[in-house]
Amino acid sequence: MHDHDHDDHDDDDHGHGHAHPHAPPQKDHDAGPAGAYEVLEEAIRSLLIEKGVLTGQEIAAQVDLMDSRSPALGAKVVARAWADPAFKRRLLKDARAALAELGIDIGTLAEFRTVENTAKVHNVIVCTLCSCYPKMLLGVPPAWYKSLAYRSRTVVDPRGVLAEFGVELPKGVEVRVHDSTADLRYIVLPMRPKGTRDWSEEQLAALVTRDSMIGTALPAAPGKRTPSRKKAAA
Amino acid sequence: MVSKRPHTRKPAALSGAFAPGDPVRVAKRPVLGHCRTPWYLRGKPGVVAAVYGRFRNPEQLAYHKPGLPALVLYKVRFAQGDLWGRYAGPAGDHLEADIYEHWLEPIT
Repeated sequence: MHDHDHDDHDDDDHGHGHAHPHAPPQKDHDAGPAGAYEVLEEAIRSLLIEKGVLTGQEIAAQVDLMDSRSPALGAKVVARAWADPAFKRRLLKDARAALAELGIDIGTLAEFRTVENTAKVHNVIVCTLCSCYPKMLLGVPPAWYKSLAYRSRTVVDPRGVLAEFGVELPKGVEVRVHDSTADLRYIVLPMRPKGTRDWSEEQLAALVTRDSMIGTALPAAPGKRTPSRKKAAA
Repeated sequence: MVSKRPHTRKPAALSGAFAPGDPVRVAKRPVLGHCRTPWYLRGKPGVVAAVYGRFRNPEQLAYHKPGLPALVLYKVRFAQGDLWGRYAGPAGDHLEADIYEHWLEPIT
């Protein structure tokens, strides 16, 4: 009864008095016979369009919007917070307003909250009920975030889970697990790595990994960029 | 005069029965259907860490009902040692979850 991805729900009220016979063009599909879920998705999509609940254009626009959200967006926010203490204060106080300053609209489906890692506190995000995730800032969640193992073990043995991700924290650091059970989505503001004093926001953003904003990793160390970052920069 | 807007943002409407620092216990009761109060927190003691304001009741929204009146949502902080019989980490470790007011009871 709890396996219900409420973050995927869109309760915007779309009303249309005219029919849209054309289905949107198929995107990102491999060649070959459609699987059961693809057939189901197509059937539901066609019905929603036929009955005037949504238009093909609206569905395509939503797909484009989600495609535009990726960890790079979150990294830009973190880098700004590292570089600009006044922005960081605003981000921690009212994430929605601070993100709007950067032109990032987080939509109306959930509130956002930024939790800050310090020398004394390490935050990690989980959703035990389903898979709530700050999609509007980080894009589509990784498969492991939605796994039963991550969702159940992170609350009962966070240090064990973090160690498997390569993060070992001293006993004096509080591990603070955030179970996003309701209307808020959380993002971790990691600690700025040492040795980055004169770095530009762009350089800083390259150190911010997706997992460091979930709390299952620390930012990359300066001078040790991950291969994917190099690839992305190329 | 009654406001047409379903949820008001007036400051008075944002405060609820509990304030930050209040000790609370999550109700220990079974529930049928959609519920955002995780089973592992039911019956556990915690402390209110923040008041988030009013949100429509997800236990009704899940069934296409209006979810009104909106409920005050709290961030509640739990000591890991209070949640699990054998938590392996240090006593300073905590877990925080967002709990609607109708699931919280005062600890006196």
